[in-house]
Amino acid sequence: MAHPVQTEAEVVESAPAGAYRRLVLRAPEAAARVRPGHFAALAVGGPGSSMLLRRAFSIHRADVEAGTIELVVAERGAGTRELVRSRVGDRLSLIAPLGTPFPLPEGPVSALLVAGGYSSAPLFPLAEEIKRRGGQVGFILGAATESRLFGVEAARALTQDVLVVTEDGSAGLTGLVTGVLAQAIQAIDATVVHACGPMPMLRAVTGIAEELGTRCWTSVEVEMACGVGICMTCVLPVVGEDGVSRFVRSCTDGPVFDGARVRWADLGTVPADLEGAAAMGVQG
Amino acid sequence: MAPQQVDLTAPFGGRTLPNPLTTASGCAGYGRELAKFVPLDELGSVTTKTIMPYARSGRATPRMAETPSGMLNSIGLQGAGIAHFVKNELPWLAERGARVLVSIAGERLEEFAQVAEQLNGQPGVIGLEVNISCPNVVDRGLVFACNPATSYDVVRAVRRVADAELPVYAKLSPDVTSITEIAAACVQAGADGLSMINTTLGMAIDPVTMRPALAGITGGLSGPAIRPLAVRCVYQVHAEMLAGRIPQVPILAMGGLRTGLDALEFALAGASGVAVGTTLFNDPAAPLRILDELRTALAARDFTSFTDAVGYAHRPDAS
Repeated sequence: MAHPVQTEAEVVESAPAGAYRRLVLRAPEAAARVRPGHFAALAVGGPGSSMLLRRAFSIHRADVEAGTIELVVAERGAGTRELVRSRVGDRLSLIAPLGTPFPLPEGPVSALLVAGGYSSAPLFPLAEEIKRRGGQVGFILGAATESRLFGVEAARALTQDVLVVTEDGSAGLTGLVTGVLAQAIQAIDATVVHACGPMPMLRAVTGIAEELGTRCWTSVEVEMACGVGICMTCVLPVVGEDGVSRFVRSCTDGPVFDGARVRWADLGTVPADLEGAAAMGVQG
Repeated sequence: MAPQQVDLTAPFGGRTLPNPLTTASGCAGYGRELAKFVPLDELGSVTTKTIMPYARSGRATPRMAETPSGMLNSIGLQGAGIAHFVKNELPWLAERGARVLVSIAGERLEEFAQVAEQLNGQPGVIGLEVNISCPNVVDRGLVFACNPATSYDVVRAVRRVADAELPVYAKLSPDVTSITEIAAACVQAGADGLSMINTTLGMAIDPVTMRPALAGITGGLSGPAIRPLAVRCVYQVHAEMLAGRIPQVPILAMGGLRTGLDALEFALAGASGVAVGTTLFNDPAAPLRILDELRTALAARDFTSFTDAVGYAHRPDAS
């Protein structure tokens, strides 16, 4: 985990991006530390706000020279509504970078990058890093409908292997990203998949990649209260290096996990073989 | 007087802390993550997440829900247990010069005592906070702090085994009919101080799923929403002490502390120490800001020291 910076970041750009809002924030010290897959946590509404919990967003881009960090924000409730409405010149309390970034290959690899909706945000700088190492990338970008896709043009600028999938067929193929995943892995002979999106999607993507013997890194989306590792609300059951399953924090141990280690089927439960489950009265 | 001249030192047990501010248990882990935002040795002390005798997974997710000026949590005392804490966390804290107030709990009397015993003679430990009031225990009917007799028994069991020089604080729940009755029982049992308050039990229902928002159904409410409740508890207990109905011991106040003025308010109510909790989730760098604001607030009211403000609201001429 990189050392995070807490700062009052000025909004230098706010622009619509389909159904979303792209916010560019000036935070030079934080921007210099960002790697693909890191996330940022924004406070909502100033020092006296009644909304105490930070909202977490994966970092779309960090521009070290401009000293900026770009986030993609979807309006989902009162807190994100305020963030979407922030104007150029406003200052937002930002903590970044947070979490574990995507592991980067040492040499050339073929990687498939898979995302649902605006969860694709961190995959573009990741694609650039993979290409810089001599590798190649393919994308599957899915969403419920066309306006909820994010970064299709950016993906096409990086590779010709871009599959677009929408549930209502308003753009690209009709269906879910998982419907075309196996074929796409084989088409570019991918040895690694990087996936971002809702938990059911990540679970399905991990399953398909595993069947094909492809490594799968998943960036999980879990509600967090703090984002910095102190509240213990964002835990997931994950199998450790020692084979023991524990509740680990998505914010500091993740958000990027080896998909094969996440106990997807047990999310929202206390599995009986989890370390410390017996103390909760859960019987093995 | 200039804010920088205000004396913030606070007595704690037999020692003097550089300031009265600590972290509220469960809001700063074991310090490692917070240290990225605040040098831990600049806090008066660091209060740990509650330590139990054994590893405990905690509850299923979702574990939290945001509420107006507050949050509900249902973590369920997740932790790796006392052996892990003593081996892996405490030495790290001690190396950084942190003065550590260790929050401890158990499901039975013997478990509280067992954890307390293992903290004797450990580096960095300046006291114990006995968490008799966590609402996230397996059987919520068995919160020790809801009954004067069980509160007495736990505090007595810990006081009996803990090193004499380690102050033992009892952490009280506001979810009781008479906080002063519980406070009196704890002091009679040998508590050297009282921590007030733990979270209060609450609940939220998700309007989309139309089901309870937390996997644990109910959870502990914290944040500025409960500050008036905390101020009331501190004031009532301090008033009983001034009236001689409870022997005088220091009060460590927590519950929605966000600013230096909030810290001042707790001091005026009778607290000689204050803890910052849920605010850390919003602003992990808050402790040093709060201390600066507290200095300024004290100076503006011509207090030369923090201790001069303790209990000031009880003075007849202050009304």
